[in-house]
Amino acid sequence: MSAINRGKFILVALAFGTAALLPFFDTGYWLSLGVSLAMYAVLATSWTLFSGPTHYISLATAAFFGTGMYVVGGGVDLLPYPALVLIAALTGAVLATLVGLTTMRISGVYFVIFTLGLAELIRQVVTWVQTTFTSSSGLYVLTDITESMIYWELMSLLALVYLAGWMINHSRLGLALRVIGNDETVAAHIGINTAKAKVMLFIISGTVASVCGALLAPRWVYVEPTIAFSPMISFQVVIMALLGGVHRLWGPLCGVIPFTLLWEVIAAQFPNQTTLLLGASFLLIVYFIPNGIAGLLENFPKQLQSKNGG
Amino acid sequence: MDILIGGFLLGGTYALMALGLQLQYGVARIMNLANGEMLVAGAFGAFWFYSGFQMRPFLAIVLIVPLAFVVNWAIYHYLLTPLVRRAKSRGQLEVDGILATFGMSFILVGLMLAVFGGEYFSYSYLERAVFVLEQPYGLNRIAAFCASLVFCIALVVWLSHTRSGLALRAVAVNPTAAGLVAIKVARTSAIAFAIGGAVTASGGALLSMFLTFDASIGVIFTLKALIIVILGGVGEIRGTVAAAFLLGLAETAVASLVDPGLTLAAAYLLFIVVLLVRPRGLFGSRS
Amino acid sequence: MVLNVDGMTKSFGGIRAVDALSFELVPGEILGLIGPNGSGKTTVINVLSGALKANAGRIQLLNRDIGQLSTHEIARCGLARTFQIVRILPAMTVLENVAVGGVFGHGRYWGAALDRRAKDLLQRLGVRHGADTPATALTYIDQKRVELARALISDPKVLLLDEWLAGLNPVELGIGISLIRDLRAEGRAIIIVEHVMDAIRSLCDRCVVMNGGQKIAEGTPGTVLADRAVISAYLGDEYGDA
Repeated sequence: MSAINRGKFILVALAFGTAALLPFFDTGYWLSLGVSLAMYAVLATSWTLFSGPTHYISLATAAFFGTGMYVVGGGVDLLPYPALVLIAALTGAVLATLVGLTTMRISGVYFVIFTLGLAELIRQVVTWVQTTFTSSSGLYVLTDITESMIYWELMSLLALVYLAGWMINHSRLGLALRVIGNDETVAAHIGINTAKAKVMLFIISGTVASVCGALLAPRWVYVEPTIAFSPMISFQVVIMALLGGVHRLWGPLCGVIPFTLLWEVIAAQFPNQTTLLLGASFLLIVYFIPNGIAGLLENFPKQLQSKNGG
Repeated sequence: MDILIGGFLLGGTYALMALGLQLQYGVARIMNLANGEMLVAGAFGAFWFYSGFQMRPFLAIVLIVPLAFVVNWAIYHYLLTPLVRRAKSRGQLEVDGILATFGMSFILVGLMLAVFGGEYFSYSYLERAVFVLEQPYGLNRIAAFCASLVFCIALVVWLSHTRSGLALRAVAVNPTAAGLVAIKVARTSAIAFAIGGAVTASGGALLSMFLTFDASIGVIFTLKALIIVILGGVGEIRGTVAAAFLLGLAETAVASLVDPGLTLAAAYLLFIVVLLVRPRGLFGSRS
Repeated sequence: MVLNVDGMTKSFGGIRAVDALSFELVPGEILGLIGPNGSGKTTVINVLSGALKANAGRIQLLNRDIGQLSTHEIARCGLARTFQIVRILPAMTVLENVAVGGVFGHGRYWGAALDRRAKDLLQRLGVRHGADTPATALTYIDQKRVELARALISDPKVLLLDEWLAGLNPVELGIGISLIRDLRAEGRAIIIVEHVMDAIRSLCDRCVVMNGGQKIAEGTPGTVLADRAVISAYLGDEYGDA
């Protein structure tokens, strides 16, 4: 590892260490905000791992997130919690494999369409199973896991995601995905198994989202299909990642922080117009900051230079 | 037997809605994820005219169609044209178009929520039973089916027998070549997008005659329309109609044999099977 | 023999773009695949590289059946190509554009060895621009050179060049021809699809002439270009009979 990389690594570790201290200062509003930030940071960063280099827009975050949550909800009385998280990870991986293998041999558009309705599909099936075989429409997740623990778990997951992302970006797999994003025909002709590369990344991304759902289930206490599989989750994750920028590993974080804070204000001030405002902010991002905040930050020094030079 | 007829009746409206998307995706190259919201907007329009002015849905459509045409033309002209200009490749346009229309779908849902609220809506019109092969069917369903059929035929005739229809088909096959033979590609695309939106909205108005709907149900119809277009093959009008009836049948069968809550699962199953067996659609060309 | 094609057939709908085509290729040989526009040359290249699947026939690369393999598997067997319309990776630098060819294919390199190979090839092919320039900033000719470098870095046994010499000026053409000769001297088998007849005469050991998807002549460039059927295919019957 070069000196620059070691410096960066220490800096990131310090930032994580500092952020992990949050529960010692406050266990009320700020911790709850911290949990939301950590959750969206995990989801948006893992979304970007796959969708950033390939340009395959996945709208299925809610499907994986809800699946993880339901695994915990369904098994909380039967198995120890860590085992459930593991099962959630496996379920997410299997689901991602199936979706990936069916759609990614063909074209990006089919993939988008498929993921658009995936959460809705699973929600329908879960609802049907619940109403047919049990009497309730939701599940109680009663554990003694505190919000501080959830926060630490999410932060550990986030650290793992960053580590995995860094390793992928410096590996053959990461390079393969960049080539695929540039030109899939060329990718196949230089020996890249394009379907396999895409499916592998989608599995990583889906597994993380699933684990994230499993970790958050104890916080929600009562899990219901309409909440767990809400399309808003997929939508917000895409917004945040795009706002932050999908070309850098740290990009999504630049979107998660301002958007989550802004969202706190919007949800408090305009509780009835959230959908409308969400859509409007999404359009603003797509039209005016297509490279995200990370892109702006990276271009800023260049623009400054060209101004001074000219 | 009543599954067959019921599926057939449902398929008629599906065909209309999918033809709208087919025009938008096949000709204007916009994979419109707000298509379902346009459908719901049409449904709300019919509801509003009916409950506010006692106007019959068929009369309301006469007003809804031009309105939807103008709105969709404006959407294409002001919101999507910048993306078309910005796109360096068809792939990038596809991604940008998906993102932009995805955002629009949420804006439309938000607007409808703000105006009408989050409740379920329905109204009763032509709620008499008509007997077909000794089975009762709502007259509203049958009327909606007949109207859809008339619209579909009119659309197909227009596409295949008029000059402007030919221009549309030319752009669908190859925009660059169409431009070389003096077809105004940008204008034709805008018209196709606007007509597509108007057709979808008319489908929504017809659906509202017999279906309960709410502001956020659009995504399900978007999905169904997308699945139909893929099943039928992009650019294939006959395929679209056939796929719409197939989906209508599959949904009706699942709803009456298993559970009405699983219609989307049925659509998905059909989608997966066709993707695996015939990736280019039932009627898609093989090139 | 490195490549053996037997009865390759490819139809689009009702049209037979390639009709029962057979030919062979030995190491260190340059085969010219020529014929009028629309005679099916590029389709042959696309079937060989796996971009299209043949409807019938048998293709063997180094004694291995590749007809049913996918594109990336064929690339890994030692076949590389350039494209008729140059395909550069727009968001990558010149050096990256070349290097990616040597990571996943027939020869596999990584790290410093990969960088060194890529830089050597850029120098050999005469791309003078900095390795860190975005590839889109290059001229069309330099982009073609980068594309060839991307194919060569994996050390392919069979190289398919689809109109790689088209659009070069006379000086560049001379350099290009001697470059392809050098590649032959390294023992590579090369198929070139070309319309530049001077290049075909001076480069090819053998030519396969196609018309309407079928092979109408095969032999040395001198023989086939004097062949009556070939002349009438290119220029019309009145010239063929004369």
